Amino acid sequence: MSTVLIMDAVAIERALARMAHEIVEADPPPEALAFIGICTNGVPLAQRLAVRVGAILQGEFPVGEIDISMHRDDLALRETPPAVGPSNVSFDVTDKTIVLVDDVLFTGRSIRAAMDEIADFGRPRRIQLAVLVDRGHRELPIRPDFVGKNVPTAIDERVRVHLVEVDGKDEVLLEK
Amino acid sequence: MKTDWQRKDLLSIQDLSVDEINTVLDTAAAFKQVGKRTIKKVPSLRGKTLVNLFIEPSTRTRTSFELAAKRLSADVININTTASSLVKGETLKDTALNLQALNTDIIVIRHSAAGAPHFLARLLEASVINAGDGAHEHPTQALLDALTIREKKGRIEGLDVTILGDILYSRVARSNIWLLTKLGARVTLAGPSTLVPRVFEQFGCRVTYDIEEAIRGADVINLLRIQHERQRKTMFPSIGEYTAMFGLNKERFARTKPDALIMHPGPINRGVEIDSEIADCNRSVILEQVTNGLAVRMAVLFLCSGGQMSEP
Repeated sequence: MSTVLIMDAVAIERALARMAHEIVEADPPPEALAFIGICTNGVPLAQRLAVRVGAILQGEFPVGEIDISMHRDDLALRETPPAVGPSNVSFDVTDKTIVLVDDVLFTGRSIRAAMDEIADFGRPRRIQLAVLVDRGHRELPIRPDFVGKNVPTAIDERVRVHLVEVDGKDEVLLEK
Repeated sequence: MKTDWQRKDLLSIQDLSVDEINTVLDTAAAFKQVGKRTIKKVPSLRGKTLVNLFIEPSTRTRTSFELAAKRLSADVININTTASSLVKGETLKDTALNLQALNTDIIVIRHSAAGAPHFLARLLEASVINAGDGAHEHPTQALLDALTIREKKGRIEGLDVTILGDILYSRVARSNIWLLTKLGARVTLAGPSTLVPRVFEQFGCRVTYDIEEAIRGADVINLLRIQHERQRKTMFPSIGEYTAMFGLNKERFARTKPDALIMHPGPINRGVEIDSEIADCNRSVILEQVTNGLAVRMAVLFLCSGGQMSEP
């Protein structure tokens, strides 16, 4: 197995800075903008984006976190059941513009599950998708609105995202 | 992330490892939050069929399992003794095989015979969940009690837990004793000597007939209901005497630790084993036990439906 560094800490911060500007350019109503991260890595990324967008728009935006294990469609297909964590969305999502944040976009099934789960909390005005890495191989008609880096991959490769908040360092690795 | 859960059935606490118990409690904590959403339903068990096979009467446990299954999007059928072919002489085995022939995925069983769930689990491919078998075990009750203690006290290890009352035929007591001792709590049993035999010391807990001493140092006091419906006349002279000797009244309550939790599996007999005002006080977590029961049952159904099921 070989491992290639595809983003270092500087590249990740630069990508997030650009994504924050793109989120602002998409012209969300500032009073109704909120971020939701998908556990685990989507949460710190959502927090960083919220801070950056907050700096540009001179505001503070709520950040929620959701664990999609309960909404996955493959419970019976896995060897053992997934570890389910609590979701924590402390604001009302109804009529908000939600920026949904995840680290890697792959098949799109996690995003489908996340959108179903958000709908259980209320009815947002719209949901936009921000991902640090888009590695392709979609199995559902889902497309990101804000992308940190497009990484063409083979189906059997793995993209690993390490973040300071979770793993102590910022990097994106491609394992093959 | 994955759990290490490999079981298709939940039959007893005695079988479970400490890790498995903690997996159920952690999963339940996550499911508890679903009850606070606008839409209190997740699709985890969509397309699965659950049968509540209650050969012994029960309202709260059955309702809790039914609601747990519905919140997970499973379809639920309730079968109770009086309305089933069991009264026509059908055996439990045949009832179960018929349910399996209907492609049932999960059977929740309550039965007056200890071991009935184990019998079904060996017989069937479906998941079997024990909702109380005779005087043997009531695993989900012990798990919900543990979740409540963990939430309120932050831990279970090292706590002093007193279980007070009708222990002799209590499956709740047995499951609680297994679970709490596995997780490192010190368990004291107290009540009339006719209902709390010394033989329970073999479970690794302490037996005392001095109620004052049993409640004085307790971090948690779990009161068990006096089971009128079972033949209790020969066990103690009268309900009034039981209340006077062992009921948790205001005087005794005043001598408990100021942060001791008061628990009860319900239904409570106000004025018998517990004074009415104490049941409603802020240290009583009786209704939180009900809320946690739903979360624990969702977690158990979720875990037993995951993974190991072979695809057709």
